[in-house]
Amino acid sequence: MYDRIRKEEKMLRSEAEAMGHDAAAVDAKAARMSTDTTAPGLGLDGAAVLERCVSYYRGLHVTAALESMGVSVTNRFEVAERCGNKMFMTLRLNRRGVPTPRTHFAFSRDAAMEAAEGGDPGYPLVVKPVVGSWGRGVIPVGDRDTMDAILEMRELSDTPLDRIYYLQEMVERPPRDIRVITVGGRAIAAMYRESPDGGFKTNVALGAEPSPCRITGEIEDLAGKASEAVGGGILGVDMMEDRAGGGRLVVHEVNNTVEFRGLSSVTSRNIPREMVEFAASEAAA
Amino acid sequence: MNCPECDAGLGIPDDAVTGEIVSCPDCGADYEISKEGSDVALKQAETVGEDWGE
Repeated sequence: MYDRIRKEEKMLRSEAEAMGHDAAAVDAKAARMSTDTTAPGLGLDGAAVLERCVSYYRGLHVTAALESMGVSVTNRFEVAERCGNKMFMTLRLNRRGVPTPRTHFAFSRDAAMEAAEGGDPGYPLVVKPVVGSWGRGVIPVGDRDTMDAILEMRELSDTPLDRIYYLQEMVERPPRDIRVITVGGRAIAAMYRESPDGGFKTNVALGAEPSPCRITGEIEDLAGKASEAVGGGILGVDMMEDRAGGGRLVVHEVNNTVEFRGLSSVTSRNIPREMVEFAASEAAA
Repeated sequence: MNCPECDAGLGIPDDAVTGEIVSCPDCGADYEISKEGSDVALKQAETVGEDWGE
């Protein structure tokens, strides 16, 4: 189930066909359903659906509809819901004992400024939108003036989620982070992502360079715990090496519809194959 | 096939599939490809939304 075909969707379809599956790419933008729609009516009886929409809300709602018909969707609705909202995700990680950066939540401009000015987390900090990806709207903040400008911009927005403020401590780390792909709770591949200009953001979508990363016991353990915390499935777990903690890893994000073209270029694992195998096994269970 | 906006050649590869995005090299407009057999059609691609990503 897609709304934009990327390299990942082509790889998934190609692997599924190579494995002998009857694979089809279904455009969520063209899908129509009603309360009377059934899985057989959609040709999805017994099917394994990999939800791959780039639009979080579109994917989430399509998943809700398909699951209500009894279709097996990877990832499940509850997993998508948790991972698509950074606040829900952080709360979940924290509650399940997964080390994650200290984060404050505020629900008005004044409260957000108080949190920033209160020295807890204090400057520098990172402001993130609760919904969104590819590093958009993620802003390092070093002082009150910058914070004030961000809050003013948020006030001008009509987006209700811009009234939800997510302020995270700035973790002192090397200019890279670690992306781990987990399938069914197992870490199958990992890479370092280094920003090309030594900048703050390490998203491959923004040009970060992937390089191989050995899956250590710590990475394997942490990725497994992060996966379990959000409900499992196929995930991209992002970690940072916290210098203040002696290089201890902290999980700052868990992604629901993980992109893997960068990681595929630096690992020998067949990532799309393992994803298809997992989705098929979930449908057969 | 040429860009509906500026008429530049789009250079759509033979192995392009339905749902794939092609960008005009001249004006930068994005189009979503729709293929039926050897027939290729274009429609305006969606612009990046706030909720787009992983």
